[in-house]
Amino acid sequence: MKLSGGDLLMRALKDEGVKFIFGYPGGAALHIYDSIFKQKACEHILVRHEQGATHAADGYSRATGKPGVALVTSGPGATNAITGLATAYMDSIPLIVISGQVQSHLIGTDSFQETDMIGISRPIVKHSFIVQNTEDIPRIVQEAFHIATTGRPGPVVIDIPKDKTDPSQLYEYKRAKEISLRSYQPRVLPHPGQIKKACKKILSAERPVIYAGGGVILGNAHKELIALNKILKAPVTNTLMGLGSYPAKDKHFMGMLGMHGTYQANMAMHNADVIIAIGARFDDRITNTPSLFAPNARIVHIDVDPASISKIINADIPIVGQVRESLNALIKEIKRSKIKIDTEALELWNQQVAQWKKKHGLDHELYLKKNKSQMILPQVVVQELYHATNGNAWVTSDVGQHQMFVAQYYHFNKPRRWVNSGGLGTMGFGLPAAMGVKLAYPKDEVVCVTGEGSIQMCIQELSTCLQYNLPIKIININNEALGMVRQWQDMNYGGRYSASTYSDSLPDFVNLARSYGHVGMKVTKQSQLKKTLEKAFAMKDRLVFIDVYVDPNEHVYPMLVSPNGSMKDMWIKKNTKA
Amino acid sequence: MKRIISILIENKSGALARVVGLFHQRGYNIETLNVGPVFDGSYSRMSVTTRGSENDVEQITKQINKIIDVIKVSDLTEGDHHEYEFILIKFKHSEKIQKILKSLNGKIHEKNQDIMVMSAWGSFGEIELAIKAMGKVNILEIARSGSIGLHEGEKVLKI
Repeated sequence: MKLSGGDLLMRALKDEGVKFIFGYPGGAALHIYDSIFKQKACEHILVRHEQGATHAADGYSRATGKPGVALVTSGPGATNAITGLATAYMDSIPLIVISGQVQSHLIGTDSFQETDMIGISRPIVKHSFIVQNTEDIPRIVQEAFHIATTGRPGPVVIDIPKDKTDPSQLYEYKRAKEISLRSYQPRVLPHPGQIKKACKKILSAERPVIYAGGGVILGNAHKELIALNKILKAPVTNTLMGLGSYPAKDKHFMGMLGMHGTYQANMAMHNADVIIAIGARFDDRITNTPSLFAPNARIVHIDVDPASISKIINADIPIVGQVRESLNALIKEIKRSKIKIDTEALELWNQQVAQWKKKHGLDHELYLKKNKSQMILPQVVVQELYHATNGNAWVTSDVGQHQMFVAQYYHFNKPRRWVNSGGLGTMGFGLPAAMGVKLAYPKDEVVCVTGEGSIQMCIQELSTCLQYNLPIKIININNEALGMVRQWQDMNYGGRYSASTYSDSLPDFVNLARSYGHVGMKVTKQSQLKKTLEKAFAMKDRLVFIDVYVDPNEHVYPMLVSPNGSMKDMWIKKNTKA
Repeated sequence: MKRIISILIENKSGALARVVGLFHQRGYNIETLNVGPVFDGSYSRMSVTTRGSENDVEQITKQINKIIDVIKVSDLTEGDHHEYEFILIKFKHSEKIQKILKSLNGKIHEKNQDIMVMSAWGSFGEIELAIKAMGKVNILEIARSGSIGLHEGEKVLKI
């Protein structure tokens, strides 16, 4: 049977196993929308803004490991998808964005709703396609999914001029058995010689640290990571993107590292003699000043992307390979090796880490402390949330202080449960991402922890949540200010709150939620917090927006001292350096 | 240090822009750029000259390699190599200019009462020196191909 371009597209998406398309229609995409109407395999989720579509597809992808799909129209539809593409690109998330384009003969004429999507998106996609022949659509879709999901994953754009989906032009659907591109060989196995060298270095370490990032999650290698450390018994730290790749409850886990990492994690990195970096990229929020980074450490760096290795910090033993295969090879080599771990030195090292933790570690029992002022600490909100959800929720966040508090205080024991925009730091990500997660796991608890600043950047998606009955829980940590901006203004700008406050003009979030057909709750006193959360989570089939007013003067600590600081240089509370 | 990076890239629309854009995106400069289809025409060979430290160039080549349409990348300056640039010059009759160009394999393509068009080729350094020596007087226009290069000996960049 011959199919139109739109039908070819839908058939190809179905064959890729796509269940949801997050999108927003418009002129150039109308043929495709007609094809969507005629099929049942993919459910279309109508968002309220294209940014929401990309973040929802991205959240779906982060939670499931499968590529998310967004569909937008040309011009403003395409440009609205840009923030979502950049977000996915920075965190290496497989995402397919299909954009309608004006008819081929109008391209380049400044026609209505025309924009050069391929050009605009070029620096923030892994690859992009423009459809030149309708019959190529199935192949392009296959290649797009292949590219998005293999190697270091990333977003791919497919730009489709309207005439290529003309319903009167019909073509045969052909699907290739496998995709092979001469210019793209993503499967890289670790070099055995490098594995041997790494094994030797790791086993003879006295102060080793495992520094594991988002690559462990993307590469589905968390079990291998745990297996590796069953043998090594080294202290482990996760990046913001890596949280959940190593169980937070494990005694070797030090918490997150970097800008707002724990004292013990940052101290351990600084004092390590061997750092085993796994699927992490030494970005500036980790290393602080690169020239002062871990002065005595030898670096073993495992990454699927050779460009990540020795980009910021020189790797002594680079291992280019898929994380899972590399860890398996390393474990095998370690088991075979005759080198004995210096258990005495390691014991001393672990004790040292424990001491650091005791000295300036995070207080995970703040919620139990008596609180006279009744002013709620934002950290306590996360701690109560953790207990109210038994640590089992899927948690998305926006960007700012609340994001750091979740990373610090919600103990993630499983991979993919923590969904946030780490690399790009995109405010507005949390709510639409939670929609994607909830669609993937409708029976599970999905929570969006946000702030009154971030939530307003994609608040329109509350309407989408009503339309598709997505009973997520939104915890709005409301300090009536752009908290992280304010923190920096407190610390570096003499408390001059330039454009970071708006307390006299915030919406009434409870009524706002109600007007979107949801439940709104407001909490201002710590004594109400636990009960309100319990009440909210008991409402299984409703979206509940919980507006929690918190102490606006709270800062996120620890915080690396910059500029010119190393990882050991931290503020551990207001006006106090460690 | 000056580097010549050779790139084999799929001959597809937009492929060139991905490479050029990457230089800007990552904060590197392109000094010269040459591109043309080779063999069956399904792919092109690009020659890009840029300046940077060993680390810079390693990072550039790694990033170029990540572009999906790029088939192979090689930094020619890592080893022994041949490197030439071709120029076309239009000038008002001048013995001095003719002489300089003749010393660089010069060839006359057009000659009339007032104007001459000549080509010449040589290494990047030779071309730079020649352009300086010719001065601005009498030169009407110059077109440069940008450096192109090949590895010396057995080593080839081919698919």
